[in-house]
Amino acid sequence: MSNARTPFIVRFFSATGRTGWIAIALFALLTIVAVPVCHLMFQEGDALFISTFYVTLIGKIMCYAIVAVAMDLIWGYAGVLSLAQGLFFALGGYAFGMYLMRSIGLDGVYKSHLPDFMVFLDWKAYPWFWAFTDSFVYSIFLAIAAPGLLAFVFGFFVFRSRVKGVYFAIISQAMLYAFLLLFFMNNTGFGGNNGFTDFKRILGYDITSPEMRATLFALSSATLLFALLFGRYVVTSKYGRILTAIRDAEMRVMFLGYNPLWYKLFIWTVAAIICGIAGALYVPQVGIINPSEMATANSIEIAIWAAIGGRGTLVGPAIGAFVVNLSKSWFTVAFPEYWLYFLGLLFVLVTLLLPQGLVGLYQQLRARSTR
Amino acid sequence: MNDVTDTSNIKAEASASAAAPASNNNDVILEIANISVSFDGFKALNDLSMKFMRNELRCIIGPNGAGKTTMMDCITGKTTPDEGTCTFNNTVDLSKLSEAEIALVGIGRKFQKPTIFESHTVFENLELAMKTDKTVFFSLFAVVDDVMRDRISDTLKTVNLSAHADQLAGRLSHGQKQWLEIGMLLMQDPQLLLLDEPVAGMTDDETERTGELFNSLKGKHSLVVVEHDMDFVAQLKSMVTVLDQGSMLCEGEMAAVQSDPRVIEVYLGR
Repeated sequence: MSNARTPFIVRFFSATGRTGWIAIALFALLTIVAVPVCHLMFQEGDALFISTFYVTLIGKIMCYAIVAVAMDLIWGYAGVLSLAQGLFFALGGYAFGMYLMRSIGLDGVYKSHLPDFMVFLDWKAYPWFWAFTDSFVYSIFLAIAAPGLLAFVFGFFVFRSRVKGVYFAIISQAMLYAFLLLFFMNNTGFGGNNGFTDFKRILGYDITSPEMRATLFALSSATLLFALLFGRYVVTSKYGRILTAIRDAEMRVMFLGYNPLWYKLFIWTVAAIICGIAGALYVPQVGIINPSEMATANSIEIAIWAAIGGRGTLVGPAIGAFVVNLSKSWFTVAFPEYWLYFLGLLFVLVTLLLPQGLVGLYQQLRARSTR
Repeated sequence: MNDVTDTSNIKAEASASAAAPASNNNDVILEIANISVSFDGFKALNDLSMKFMRNELRCIIGPNGAGKTTMMDCITGKTTPDEGTCTFNNTVDLSKLSEAEIALVGIGRKFQKPTIFESHTVFENLELAMKTDKTVFFSLFAVVDDVMRDRISDTLKTVNLSAHADQLAGRLSHGQKQWLEIGMLLMQDPQLLLLDEPVAGMTDDETERTGELFNSLKGKHSLVVVEHDMDFVAQLKSMVTVLDQGSMLCEGEMAAVQSDPRVIEVYLGR
């Protein structure tokens, strides 16, 4: 039992229980040690070789899982259904993507210091919002600050007006769609339809080298695990209990003297920042960022991962992201036309039969077997 | 609607009673002055004025639609009155504050329908209600210490829920939920407690014990109890105010009020 004198760092890490730590250790061993080693030390044809395809696929899914954890914080715990998480993810991706664009240097099609799409528009200089993005550190900062600031400003006005439930979901989707249109335009400085692509290097290192892939893979895993540890601390803190109290009986919370505005705004902004970081990790691994990441369907899918994995469990949505995306990558090869039907069916079945998601199912089975 | 009340009479009564407690003005904890509220033309409160004294237990009764709950909404910031002011401790104008700020200046409210956090334990419900820094930053790093634990277990005893501390609040019986909410108000340590039908749905035994609890709080807190249960109101032996159609009808001891022909009229005449 922790008390007031326990150092914060101890309280932070002891929020995650023993089972959680065992799972984290195993996952870290697998993704931070085993996969990079297998990818780097073995060759095509070796039994233990893990191909670029799988490293990229799993790395990508780990970024999605980070987004799913953020979704759970805002939806599962605060009860705020956001259909805009894909926007924050894309903003982080665009911010870091511009650094990658500028790292191309003179190797672009037009041999210019400007990205190809700007040369194409006959622009002579970078627009103001891309200032300093040639700096690696600044672009990481931008990948955090841009989604964070947007979420803070949007959230402040929406939560202050006490917009809730389905109305919040619709407004968040409207914001997402507005940004989608903005980023689609050719002359707004975001590369239009094609977005940013053809990346060559990060900090001078080749972006497609096995070492870089393994590094990004391990970084994604570490970020996912940290997001889970952070999330566990937040939801087990008094703040987390107030957050679920707001979800269940906001009026009571208000009449106890808490202002729900700041409570919701904090987790909403933090969730957006987590999505932004995930986006920044995602873009160098898949090699492209374009407005399709802001499609409304993508953000709805994020909610589906959370629901399938089990809302309000943190680890559930991460598992949901893995299950849905692994089956997606198999399904879209085997039956490309039927994927969306399958996803819809999965969502309906889970909602009807497993309201607590896969984690809820596991808990039920375990409770039954120990009885 | 059967309009039997003489409005001029009510106005006279209301203004007379507002001036009546001529004691030291510092003893007034809450003053409601000429508040009116209308919803789509329906006057829920009509130029209502009342004073509540420090450490007094006051009961408010009245038929359905008399404006009892609306009055509480005005005090706690849920509804902004069209006219008039609510002044707390002679200085704080409540109409300028949000619900959360009103709670922080020392007004606690129990809702008509028990409102507790069903997916938290009874202990956690009381923990969240405790008087403390209520900012996000503080809550992120807050730890329950021994002093808090003692306070919570004292309150658990007061509201008879010690045996249920670690149970989910959603599993409590209706009466226990009412008690838990009262316990949460006590944890807030408010100067003024507003209780909207605190014994609704309780068994006779529970009702009686709630009455004992309120009587024991008399003198330590100011309580305003809105109730329909006349036996319960009689048990509290307090000053009773009768509201009707958004205005004050009369005020006095329970026995006097019960024999007042106007009260009999509004309760039995419809």
